[in-house]
Amino acid sequence: MKILVCITNVPDTTAKISFTDNNTKFNKAGVQYIIGPYDDYALARAVELKEAQGGTITVLHVGEADSDPQIRKALAIGADDAIRVNTEPADSYYVATQIAHIAQQNSYDLILMGRESIDFNSGVVHGLVGEMLGIPSFSPVMKLDIKDGKAEFAREIDGGKEYLEATLPLVLGCQEPIAEWKIPNMRGIMTARTKPLQVVEPVSVDDMTSLESYSLPAPKGECKMIPVEEAEKLITLLRTEAKVL
Amino acid sequence: MSVLIFVELDNGTIKKTSQEAIFYGAKVADMLQTSATVLAIGQASEEALSSAGKFGAAKVLHAADDKLNHENSLAYADVLTQAVQQEGSKVVVMAKSGLGDAVAARSAAKLKASVVSGVTDLPEVTGGFKVKRGIYTGKAFATVEVKSDIKVLVVKKNAVEVAENDGNAQVESFSPTLRDSDFAATVKEVQKASSELSLTEADIIVSGGRGMKGPENWDPLVDLANALGAATGCSKPVSDLDWRPHHEHIGQTGIKVAPNLYIACGISGAIQHLAGVNGSKCIVVINKDPEAPFFKAADYGIVGDVFDVLPRLTKAVEATK
Ligand SMILES: Cc1cc2nc3c(=O)[nH]c(=O)nc-3n(C[C@H](O)[C@H](O)[C@H](O)COP(=O)(O)OP(=O)(O)OC[C@H]3O[C@@H](n4cnc5c(N)ncnc54)[C@H](O)[C@@H]3O)c2cc1C
Ligand SMILES: Nc1ncnc2c1ncn2[C@@H]1O[C@H](COP(=O)(O)O)[C@@H](O)[C@H]1O
Repeated sequence: MKILVCITNVPDTTAKISFTDNNTKFNKAGVQYIIGPYDDYALARAVELKEAQGGTITVLHVGEADSDPQIRKALAIGADDAIRVNTEPADSYYVATQIAHIAQQNSYDLILMGRESIDFNSGVVHGLVGEMLGIPSFSPVMKLDIKDGKAEFAREIDGGKEYLEATLPLVLGCQEPIAEWKIPNMRGIMTARTKPLQVVEPVSVDDMTSLESYSLPAPKGECKMIPVEEAEKLITLLRTEAKVL
Repeated sequence: MSVLIFVELDNGTIKKTSQEAIFYGAKVADMLQTSATVLAIGQASEEALSSAGKFGAAKVLHAADDKLNHENSLAYADVLTQAVQQEGSKVVVMAKSGLGDAVAARSAAKLKASVVSGVTDLPEVTGGFKVKRGIYTGKAFATVEVKSDIKVLVVKKNAVEVAENDGNAQVESFSPTLRDSDFAATVKEVQKASSELSLTEADIIVSGGRGMKGPENWDPLVDLANALGAATGCSKPVSDLDWRPHHEHIGQTGIKVAPNLYIACGISGAIQHLAGVNGSKCIVVINKDPEAPFFKAADYGIVGDVFDVLPRLTKAVEATK
C-alpha cells in the first residue's frame, strides 16, 4: 500500500501571534514550529498501518526550506521519503492543486491529511484534493482500518459518529483518537538524515485570493471577579449586565 | 445571478447556524443588488423551508430525493454545484461545520472557485470583494481579496447578528442528476445522541475540566446545564480519560464553539483549550486557583470549589426562572 501524508509546518500551539511589515507578514521571530497536530495524527496512523500491513509512506509538504526540520521529523517518525513543493502557499486552492499534481504522478492508495491546519484552519484542502483527483474524501476521521483494498472508518458528526466503508483510493482528514502521537526514537532520527527529500517546483495556479492584511482580536476587558460567598449574583449579572441569559 | 446559501437540516428544520448563513447570504445579496436563494437537501416540510424567508431568502430550492436523506458531502457537493450552475450564482454561502467545509471544498473544486473558510464578518464589496476570516485558531484574522469569478464562503457562528422579518420564501423542488460516485461510501452505522443539544449550535455551554475530579462527579455540572438549557462540553484530558464522550472535547484539537455564554468549571485555561472557545461572547470561569490562566480570558470569574458553587448557581437559576 502506498500512503501519502500531507503535513503542515505551523507555529507551536502556545506561540504568540504577531505581524510585521504593516500587518502583512507573520512575525516568525522567536516562534517554534511543529508538524500540524492533526497531521501528526495522520502520520501516526500511517506508520501503524505500515507496521501492520507493509507499504510505503511518502510525506508531502507545500512550503519553503525552513520547513525541512519538520519534514525530517516526519521521516524520523517513520515515513520512507519526502517531497517538498518549493513555494510559499498562497491559499487552500493553491496548496490543493500542488498536492493533486504530485498525487496524479504517483497513484497513492491512501492520502492522509489533518482535519485542519492550525494556521489557516480551513478544513478544506482534503475536499479540494479529493475532487481534483476525482476520488472520495472524508473528514474528520477518528478511526481507520484497511482490509482488502477497502477502508473501514469512523467519522465524527454533530453529536456522534458514523461508521463508513469505501474502496481505495481515498483522501481522509484525520483527528484523534485515530492514533497516538509518535515520538521519533534515536534510530529513526539517525536514518531520517539519509532518507530522500525531493524538492520540486510548483505548478502554476490561477490567482484566486490575495492577502490584504492581518489583524489581532481586540484585547479582552477586565474579568469581573465575584466573591464566592456571593456566587449567586453571577446569574443576575449574566441576565442584566451581560444579557446572555 | 443570486447568492446561493446551502443549509443543513436537523429533523426537517433549518439548523440555527444555517439560519445565520441565510441571513449573511441575504445581506451579501443586498450589497450585490441581487436576491438570495437557499438550497436545502433532505426531508423537510414546505412550511419549514419557506421560513428561510424570515432571514431574507427569496427562494428555496429543495432537493428531496430519498437517496439524499443521509448526510453525504460527496452527493451534497454535486447537488450544490448543479444548483449554482442553474442559478448562475457568483457567491455561495454556508455555515462552518464538518459538512459545510467538505461540501464547500468539493463544490469549489468543481466550480474552479476559491473557497474561504472561517469568515467572521460581512464582506466589503466596493473596490474588490474582501472578506475577513479567522486564522491561527482564533488568535488572529486575515482580510483577503477574493478574485475568482465564483466565491465560496464558509461562515463562522456569530459573524452577523441575526434579525428576523416576516417574509416567506417560495419553495421549488430541485431534481439534480445524481451519480454513482456520489455514493462511494457505504454507511455501516450511525451513533448519535439524538436528544442531545449539539455543541456547535448551543447558545450556552457548561464545560468541565480535570477539576471535576472524576466522571461520577458530573451531576452538578449537568444540573446547571439543564437549568440553563445548555449543552455540556469538556477539556481534552477529560475526554482522553473517558470521563466524557469524545465529541464533547473542546479546543484546538477538538470542537471549536462560539456560544453566547461559556461556563468553564475546573478548567485551567491552557492556550489549546482557549483556542476552541475564543469565539464565545461571554466567558465565566469557576476555578479554585486564583492564578488559573483562564481568568485572563474570562468576563466573569469566581474563585471557589466547583462542588460548592455549581449547585448554588443551579438553585439561583431555578429560583428566578
Ligand atoms: C498539541 C496540543 C493540543 C491540545 N489540544 C487541546 C484541546 O483541544 N482542548 C483542551 O482542553 N486541551 C488541549 N490540550 C491540553 C492542554 O494543554 C491542557 O493540558 C488541558 O486543557 C488541561 O485540561 P484541564 O484544564 O481540564 O486540566 P488541568 O490543567 O489539570 O486543570 C484543572 C483545573 O481545575 C482546577 N480545580 C481543581 N479542583 C477544583 C475544584 N474542586 N474546584 C474548582 N477548580 C478546581 C485547578 O485549579 C486547575 O486549574 C492540548 C495540548 C497539546 C500539547
Ligand atoms: N502547505 C501544505 N502542505 C502540505 N499539506 C497541507 C498544506 N496545507 C494544508 N495541508 C493539508 O491539508 C489539511 C487541511 O488543511 P486546511 O484546509 O488548511 O485546514 C492539513 O491538515 C494538511 O494535512
